[in-house]
Amino acid sequence: MTTSHRPPEPVLERTTRRGGTSDSRVWGRVVPPFVLVAVGLAGWQWYVTAADVRPQVLPSPLRVLQQGWAFRDQIWANTVPTLQVTAVGFAVSLALGWAIAIAVDFSPWLRRALTPLLVASQTLPIIAIAPLLIIWFGFGLFPKVVVIALVTFFPITVGLVEGFAATDRQATSLLRSMGASRWQQFRYVRLPGAMPRFFTALRIGITYAVTGAIFAEYVGATAGLGIFMSLQKNSFRTDLVLAAVLVTALLSVALFLLTYAVERLVIPWWRRG
Amino acid sequence: MADGKLVVEGLHKAFPGPLPVLDGVEFDVAPGEFVSVIGPSGCGKSTLFNVIAGLEHPDAGRVLVDGEDATGHVDHVAYMPQRDLLFPWRTVLDNTTLGLEVAGMSRRAARERARPLFAPFGLVGFESARPHELSGGMRQRAALLRTVVQGRAVLLLDEPFGALDSLTRTDMQTWLEEVRARFGWTVLLITHDIREAAFLSDRVVVLGPRPTRVRREVAVDLPRPRQVELITSTRFAEVESELLAALRAAPS
Repeated sequence: MTTSHRPPEPVLERTTRRGGTSDSRVWGRVVPPFVLVAVGLAGWQWYVTAADVRPQVLPSPLRVLQQGWAFRDQIWANTVPTLQVTAVGFAVSLALGWAIAIAVDFSPWLRRALTPLLVASQTLPIIAIAPLLIIWFGFGLFPKVVVIALVTFFPITVGLVEGFAATDRQATSLLRSMGASRWQQFRYVRLPGAMPRFFTALRIGITYAVTGAIFAEYVGATAGLGIFMSLQKNSFRTDLVLAAVLVTALLSVALFLLTYAVERLVIPWWRRG
Repeated sequence: MADGKLVVEGLHKAFPGPLPVLDGVEFDVAPGEFVSVIGPSGCGKSTLFNVIAGLEHPDAGRVLVDGEDATGHVDHVAYMPQRDLLFPWRTVLDNTTLGLEVAGMSRRAARERARPLFAPFGLVGFESARPHELSGGMRQRAALLRTVVQGRAVLLLDEPFGALDSLTRTDMQTWLEEVRARFGWTVLLITHDIREAAFLSDRVVVLGPRPTRVRREVAVDLPRPRQVELITSTRFAEVESELLAALRAAPS
């Protein structure tokens, strides 16, 4: 396509073009969201300055950054507990999800018994339950872990259950013809075959995990980004609330990207074929 | 009958539905013999194979291997399904050793047993490759290697070359003819391809439509070893038309 502009060296042309495609593919993914965010921020900044909005109502993005930086020690001190709660809650959620999924895979009876309960668990209005959990269990780790597990274990469990169940019937026949026990079928085929779906589910779960932690802390905690936001909101420090929101978003994105790294380590055969 | 490597006796099988599937199927396969099963589509070949492989129980009848009752037992017959089913999370070598590992052999011992077969199967140098790096023909050979290495009495091949293009399929058929002669396997092959059945078999079992039973057995008295050129011979054409007539004779 571009050859009409620069016809000379065909070989050189080909190499540059090939290099260009892989580069432009990366750029094509990274640039659009940044452009969109930059345009949005610029518009926001312009509006706040032009309309002279009070910072208590809507701080400019620059102010959010300035104040966030000024309060970085305090924000960091609240980020660490949030990360801890997220890690513990998500670990519990993973353990629970795996245990339920494996049990369900081995027992059709359990599948029938648990499926409606799992779905029902997702209809609980967490916004109403979370304060009750605080009343029952106090400001400690436990109620927060419960909230995080409640919002994240479902996608993980479902992803695993469906991943196991999606095993090729002929593959099962092949394993059976080899004399494989149910456990061997699980180990050699069902488990590895479910891993791609598991990682997809993991990504969905982990994006909910940080938000879940923030929410649980918002309702009541001694430290954490959630309670930090709540307190700052009460003193009309909208800028600091938004700074904490920014940190939350960055955390979620970082954890999301981390799942790709783990995926590459655990199932290197995936995304190659 | 009694000296057959594999003997199938009066197999009956029905599923919930209008017609039973197997209606007294019986035939036998001698040691070292290559027998093919052909039949109109939907006649119940797959059910027959599942029963012989021990994956399903017949309603009546028996499957004997080396004179022993193997009905409903999976450990006498090595089964190769239609699709290669090589698993992407295992290397080619580890795919071929799967059956041995399942049987409790250590990974190292299993590899030592599978490795020498890579040369006759044309897979040398691909031991640590991943399945997606193999061509279609190589994948089928790897799948067959995985079947053979289990060291079972009878090989049960379910349309192993059905998904290949015709050129590769011909190559695979001539290759199979060679290696089988060399190793002396006892093979039962299911196929839709009359030419394949004629080219590879000592005998072809022709099934009738569902509920199926054996319509005819056609002996293929073509000289071995067979080469591709055989396909153009008059005798081969006669065998083919005999098989076609036997299939057609089955009213549907």
